[in-house]
Amino acid sequence: MAQHSTGYTIGFAALVCVVCGVGIASAAVALADRQAENKKLDQQKQVLVVAGLMKAGEKLSPDEVKKRFADNIKPEVVDLKGGVAAQGIDPISFDQRKAQKDPAQSREAPANAAKVLRLPNNALVYKVVKGGAVETLIFPIEGYGLWSTLYGYIALDAKDANTVQGITFYQHGETPGLGGEVDNPKWKDLWPGRKIYGDKGEPQIAVVKGKAGPAETDKYRVDGLSGATITSNGVTNLVRFWFGPEGFGPYIQHSKAAGGK
Amino acid sequence: MDKQTKGVLFDPLFNNNPIALQVLGICSALAVTTKLETAFVMSLALTVVTAFSNLAISLIRNYIPSSIRIIVQLTIIASLVIITDQILKAFVYDVSKQLSVFVGLIITNCIVMGRAEAYAMANKPGISFLDGIGNGLGYSMVLLLIGFIRELFGSGKLFGVEIFQTVNDGGWYITNGLMVMSPSAFFLIGCMIWIIRTVKPSQQEKE
Repeated sequence: MAQHSTGYTIGFAALVCVVCGVGIASAAVALADRQAENKKLDQQKQVLVVAGLMKAGEKLSPDEVKKRFADNIKPEVVDLKGGVAAQGIDPISFDQRKAQKDPAQSREAPANAAKVLRLPNNALVYKVVKGGAVETLIFPIEGYGLWSTLYGYIALDAKDANTVQGITFYQHGETPGLGGEVDNPKWKDLWPGRKIYGDKGEPQIAVVKGKAGPAETDKYRVDGLSGATITSNGVTNLVRFWFGPEGFGPYIQHSKAAGGK
Repeated sequence: MDKQTKGVLFDPLFNNNPIALQVLGICSALAVTTKLETAFVMSLALTVVTAFSNLAISLIRNYIPSSIRIIVQLTIIASLVIITDQILKAFVYDVSKQLSVFVGLIITNCIVMGRAEAYAMANKPGISFLDGIGNGLGYSMVLLLIGFIRELFGSGKLFGVEIFQTVNDGGWYITNGLMVMSPSAFFLIGCMIWIIRTVKPSQQEKE
């Protein structure tokens, strides 16, 4: 290899940077729409799954997902503190996780067991509407497990805003086979029918160590994930947090007072 | 196919495997092999990146000033990896979600830079491209083998399809918890290197 002058070396470096930069920029710009589409589609799928409108492994074309979502589900932006629908925010374009990171749209969360650091001012709730009546309320939930933050949705019966209809976690980094079993359909099937709130209006639900009874008799307890006590506790904490006063508590009080409209 | 081409393409599979003999790229081999699907996509991504980075670097090998050659290689590799990541996000979103940071970490995978520095800097573009593919395949072979063992014994599945019905799903198979943790890949790769070096004593390092 020949020795090159300093000018040549700098010029060469600059050229490589420009060529690589143009390559990356064009790939990013060309694929951006498709990626945004994928992200949105993935979110809609998760909501459909937790609403029981789509099976977990079901293969649907993007158009079918969009249609099923549009036909059945109505998103609503909720003011967390006030517990009522927020005005003037388009639920279609609202991104809760982005809002959570934006200091203007979020605040620091008080210390909590779910280790949620920031609370968004507004959150995105989905309603399953059938024949004009709201049947199910779907809430986004998140909190810390053993290694990672778990993100998911939980669906409640709109009539009492208390009975669980389904739960799902769409993103987490828990140990596959142990804590990662939060994905297991068998375990998720244990949730429907359980109640979130106890008689005093406090979130009572808990993932316990070992086995819980059937939903009819053992209303507030769910089987633990074997070998994953910390993830199980994390799920308890995060569900309780999001249905507590800092989370969707006020909203649920309001919607109950309004007769589950 | 002449002898040299064949050698470049297939030597890295057994005789000169990047993981087993050169012990490169171990880090990602531990991380992405809990499932075959992620192992497969990771293998594909790495093979493509190694092949094209070898090609690109070989094309300009006579013009790269030697004082900045490593950083130039890295720039090219990094760009290719970012583009690959973007493509995965656009076309196989679910898999790219599972691979998360590991696609990005191809940049630091020693195989890619090792081949660029050791081979592409000194050889013609065509043969360098094949060298990239060959080494990619060698890496893929190990990854798929480890992924196969870990997914089968760790979760009773292959490519997500149930093979052994696990106890959690009401079956008989008690999953091996060690297999889903990263250290198991260490043991498996260690055993594999041991077997290969016993069969081919020429690969043993001298005392």
